[in-house]
Amino acid sequence: MQLTNRAKKTDKSELSLFERSYLPSLATGLGITIRHFFMKKPTIQYPEQKRYLGPVFRGHHILKRDEEGRERCTACGLCAVACPAEAISMVAQERKKGEEHLYREEKYAAVYEINMLRCIFCGLCEEACPKQAVYLRHDQFVPVFTEREDVIYGKDKLVEDPNNRYRRDAWTKEDAMKLWKNNA
Amino acid sequence: MNGFMQWANETMFLWKALIILVIFAITLGIAAYSTWAERKVAGYIQDRSGPNRAGWGGLLQPLADAGKMFFKEDFIPAQADKWLFILGPCLSMLTALMSSAVVPFGDSFLIDGKTVTVQAIEINIGILYVFGVVSLGVYGVMIGGWASNNKFSLLGAIRAASQNISYELAMGMSIIAILMLSGSLSLRTIVEQQHGFLNWNVFYQPLGCLIFIVCAFAECNRTPFDLPECETELVGGYHTEYSSMKLGFYLFAEYINMFASSAVTACLFFGGYNYPFMDNVQAALNSGLGQTVGHNVGTAIGILVMFSKILFGIFFFMWVRWTVPRFRYDQLMNLGWKGLIPLAVVNMIITAVSMLSGYKLAIGMWVGLIVFVVILSVVWAMRPRKKAAILGA
Repeated sequence: MQLTNRAKKTDKSELSLFERSYLPSLATGLGITIRHFFMKKPTIQYPEQKRYLGPVFRGHHILKRDEEGRERCTACGLCAVACPAEAISMVAQERKKGEEHLYREEKYAAVYEINMLRCIFCGLCEEACPKQAVYLRHDQFVPVFTEREDVIYGKDKLVEDPNNRYRRDAWTKEDAMKLWKNNA
Repeated sequence: MNGFMQWANETMFLWKALIILVIFAITLGIAAYSTWAERKVAGYIQDRSGPNRAGWGGLLQPLADAGKMFFKEDFIPAQADKWLFILGPCLSMLTALMSSAVVPFGDSFLIDGKTVTVQAIEINIGILYVFGVVSLGVYGVMIGGWASNNKFSLLGAIRAASQNISYELAMGMSIIAILMLSGSLSLRTIVEQQHGFLNWNVFYQPLGCLIFIVCAFAECNRTPFDLPECETELVGGYHTEYSSMKLGFYLFAEYINMFASSAVTACLFFGGYNYPFMDNVQAALNSGLGQTVGHNVGTAIGILVMFSKILFGIFFFMWVRWTVPRFRYDQLMNLGWKGLIPLAVVNMIITAVSMLSGYKLAIGMWVGLIVFVVILSVVWAMRPRKKAAILGA
């Protein structure tokens, strides 16, 4: 029964003398390999060249600020609960008078740490966050670290720089598809 | 001392020593860069770009590989025969290096009114020497494989030995046809007889050339005949137990063998240092630069031509390696004994008949080949066939 049109009928008839000499198939094979020899290589020379990873790539974590530059995180701990690798830990603190321009709500994370050796970049923290505070950037990797001390990422490395705000390229599937097409 | 100086002057001792050293160095250099080229060619054929990090285009890769090899632990298995274990790779390397000694890489240089041929040793039994050394080469593999005291190594060694013996027969017989044409065993004479372009032996001996190249692949243990070291069946074949520079020697010997066999193939079939319109080029050089300088420049061009032929030969080895998959062992033996040896005999007969017929040699050869193909296809069509099995009967 034929299911698809992709099946090729193999020719099982007896080989002729010429075919049995291996030479014709050998010549065809050599032709194919030499053609590939001169083909353009699809290799991306990685550290120098980087390819676009798409708007949904999960890279470096970021703790967003709101439009007025206040930290959105309220240290509710849902991200830490959602984290399957238990990489996130935090210490909550109450906002004092005069700190309203720094923190959006009355409670904030005084310490917010992600252990990058544990993190598996699943993005569940991003999904769990009710305040839209934690995101995984699509445009930046967590850099290579060689020391144990570099493993824990604190607020100094995670909170968004107000002068260099992070924007995701596409939020909807349609936008993402458009982006892929433009970058392909 | 005076006597020595005089002797050295007469025999051009220094020039000869220089040529030998240069050929030695070039052989090693080309073999080293063959490892780089192999990976590069493999990459390009598989749509990758190959090693490109160490130096420009990965050109320092052989040095890095050699450095790695040197710093690996040099391990000798407890149950191995220690001295034979060490002797194996040494023999492989030695025989591989020896075989290029008689290859004429170029015509000759005129220095102080004396002629220095571009060849390490000029002996009148060049081909015989090459064959002797090449067949010694299998001892390296054999001894190494046996001394490892490992079943996989031994199997690889046995395969290497039987394969080399089988293919040496066909190779020797394809050479006999060349010897019948040239009437000399000296590689230099054979090359000189292929002056120009249309005199190349490949036009007289297309079948012999094909047989020789196939056998050269088998002798070098290269794919599709790399059964002695076939990873899928024998771990690493004869060099399973080897590490560090001993392994390096084995691998290096393989590349030197490739170089040597490309050189010999170029000499025997593709005219060595001869190239089309060489007489015109030589005449132009002589009139432009004078007899001596012109001759030397012409020789240099010839050497370049020879080396480009050799390099193409090496490239062809690699090209085939990434095209043709490995033969099964029985297929290998079938091809050798039932295919190549009878063909080599037929080639000999055709050559002999066309030489005796009195017609022009090239015409005789090609007519003979066509007649052979016609006879073969007639016989093939008339061969008794098994009746096709009837389904369900």
